[in-house]
Amino acid sequence: MSTTEEVTTFTAEAVNSKANRELYVARKKIHPKRAEGFYRSLKWIVMAVTLGIYYITPWIRWDRGPFAPDQAVLVDLANARFYFFFIEIWPQEFFFVAGMLVMAGIGLFLVTSTVGRAWCGYTCPQTVWVDLFLVVERAVEGDRNARIRLDKEPMTASKFAKRFTKHAIWLLIAVATGGAWIFYFADAPTLAKNLLTFQSPFVAYATIGVLTATTYIFGGLMREQVCTYMCPWPRIQAAMLDENSLTVTYNDWRGEPRSRHAKRVRAEGKLVGDCVDCNACVAVCPMGIDIREGQQLECITCALCIDACNGVMDKLGFEKGLISYATLAEYDANMQLAGSKRINVAGDTVWDRSSIDPEKVRPTDGKLNAGMKHTGLSSFIRPRTVVYIAIWCALGIGLLAALFMRDRLDINVRHDRNPLYVVLSDGAIRNGYEVKILNMKLEPRSFRLSVGGLEGAHIWLAGQQDTSGKSLDIDVKPDQLRAMKLFVKAPRSSITATRQPFQFVVEEIGGGEAETYDAQFVSPEGAVK
Amino acid sequence: MSSDDHHKKEIDELSGTETTGHEWDGIKELDTPLPRWWVWTFYATIVFAIGYVIYYPAIPMIETSSTGISGVTARGQLEKTMAAVGEQQAEKLQKLNITPLEKVVGDDDLYRYAVAGGQSLFKVYCSQCHGSGAQGGPGYPNLNDDDWLWGGTLDKIYATIAHGIRYEGDDDTRLAEMPAFGRDQILDRDTIRQVAAYVRKLSGQEHDAALAEKGAQPFAENCAACHGEAGEGNRDLGAPNLADAIWLYGGGREQIVAQITNPRHGVMPAWLKRLGEARVKQLALYVHSLGGGEKTTASAR
Repeated sequence: MSTTEEVTTFTAEAVNSKANRELYVARKKIHPKRAEGFYRSLKWIVMAVTLGIYYITPWIRWDRGPFAPDQAVLVDLANARFYFFFIEIWPQEFFFVAGMLVMAGIGLFLVTSTVGRAWCGYTCPQTVWVDLFLVVERAVEGDRNARIRLDKEPMTASKFAKRFTKHAIWLLIAVATGGAWIFYFADAPTLAKNLLTFQSPFVAYATIGVLTATTYIFGGLMREQVCTYMCPWPRIQAAMLDENSLTVTYNDWRGEPRSRHAKRVRAEGKLVGDCVDCNACVAVCPMGIDIREGQQLECITCALCIDACNGVMDKLGFEKGLISYATLAEYDANMQLAGSKRINVAGDTVWDRSSIDPEKVRPTDGKLNAGMKHTGLSSFIRPRTVVYIAIWCALGIGLLAALFMRDRLDINVRHDRNPLYVVLSDGAIRNGYEVKILNMKLEPRSFRLSVGGLEGAHIWLAGQQDTSGKSLDIDVKPDQLRAMKLFVKAPRSSITATRQPFQFVVEEIGGGEAETYDAQFVSPEGAVK
Repeated sequence: MSSDDHHKKEIDELSGTETTGHEWDGIKELDTPLPRWWVWTFYATIVFAIGYVIYYPAIPMIETSSTGISGVTARGQLEKTMAAVGEQQAEKLQKLNITPLEKVVGDDDLYRYAVAGGQSLFKVYCSQCHGSGAQGGPGYPNLNDDDWLWGGTLDKIYATIAHGIRYEGDDDTRLAEMPAFGRDQILDRDTIRQVAAYVRKLSGQEHDAALAEKGAQPFAENCAACHGEAGEGNRDLGAPNLADAIWLYGGGREQIVAQITNPRHGVMPAWLKRLGEARVKQLALYVHSLGGGEKTTASAR
């Protein structure tokens, strides 16, 4: 580290630098320096909100009456129900969740096409937890330089104590992370009590164990390796970017030619760019890359380099934004204005940095050329994003409409297949059915099940002695399905076809919902009139 | 691409990464270095695979496979599962042994177990004759309907299954024999035709009225003793109801004539000795549940 003029320069090198690559690369440890600025503050807020949602949600109570759990968000695997505040979803309504996932996908397209890899940089759990683990690391071992020194020191009692403390806190966080997860799947207060008294099922502890291990390994030990080598997202997201998407960009039209001795060089009458090559952007990068090498797969667009560079620009008295969120279109226009030429490197057309003319960027008055483009929000509105928004809204409105119009009563019928029909001693035909009535309301309900479209038909439950009824009264418990084996008998006089369509009609007694199921009544050839 | 290209290290200018030396239509493949931890993970999987092959049966041979030191086999696992299930069921079977049939119906849990078990037993021991859905066939009764030769209450069904019908190996077996009116020349051909017409009349089928009228007298003399005046049958004797829509050997004219002339007599094995009390109870409960089962009081007729 050296001090050039008033700016601190860092000895930092990009982990993916072109200079030294081997067949198998050992991981180079990254020691991200703490950044300060707008984006860092924004990230603290996002981190607090996302972690808060994750840890607090299972503890929110929601009164659903005596027949359902009072946990606001609950995935009840044992009873195959999903509760989300006022919404309860049965397995056959899972398309709501699928629809939400499609919306999330479209939403991601929209976000990525406008603000780039914002998911990666701000809200991805990997990013949030690595950030949290870094907070611990800094608190225990100090910031970047202290940590680099500590790494080089031989193992002493004090180094061991620091390491031990760090890993212990990491493991605590990891256990808390895994522990919070399982509360989404059972009543949180009860489960917490059982967990602490070792009365929970093995699967609860196993889940905590697995998630503790993944959190600790991914957040503490592997960090950027997860994003670079394990995650498919960077590849997919990169494919969604276009020339109007915001990416974290080093504006080399403004920064080049860079110089560590800008003042002296300027005094000599030579023109240089704004970049003083202080490496602050590399030092803060949690991915350990150098943004000045252009767009890279590894960049999660966390924007901490923007904060770091803005701080330096402030000190130098230059405008902020040497590194900034910029679109490719804006960058190309500015490169052209700066006088840069396109050259061919190994078959690819790239901007040639050496042809940048600082005078065009910063004419004699020292101010940035007013003609330089800055992307406004207007670049967000373009056909592609409008289509995404339209699809997203259509899906959302469709799902909402389906949610508020859905039935809370359903009937499913399965015809006995073996035998298909039974001829009775009086010549009548009997068919057997398995009927399921779903009461999806959180209150007990009574229904009347009858047969429509089959003259003179009788209906009775298997095992029932009275076979002369015309309908059945059925009580179904709250939020339950009731399955029944039942028989329908029809006299020969009403048989008109070997497969005769008729309806099972289920109506709520005392008014309310009603459902109809189209079924078939099967008879032997000889029974048809 | 010339052959010495293979040996030349080529660095891609833009990425600074070595290429593999392969080229397709001007596109070269970068030889991006693998992270070392990934390589170690790969080695770990190899070590795991070796352990797996040693522990589990894994290597296929011509007729068998290596057994592995664990000795695990699919058959062994099935046996273990079956033993565990058997243990679980032992208690229920014991309970079924000592509980009277009517009481089982009142015990929801035991009843469900009995019927489910009876269904699988039926598939194994009964479906060959009665069909997998108990729908029967010519000569083999349909067990779903409400017509019973020997009675449809739980006890009657139990007795039929336990001791069989015309089964030589069981002293309590149900016995009934219809005389061969034709073969033994008890009735002549014409009379048999008249009786057959009368039987068709009794069951409400299309018939020759003149013939049927002549058949009434011989029917009352020869048949009513067992089958009843109106052909309603007698379950104590196993005499079928001739006035309903269900026929064991067919209700056509020729089929009735054939049965009067030289009757067929079905045989059903006795199962009590083979399957034991609890299993026969399961079968009785299953057959009773198919839709035609009668209450004890209703069988008094």
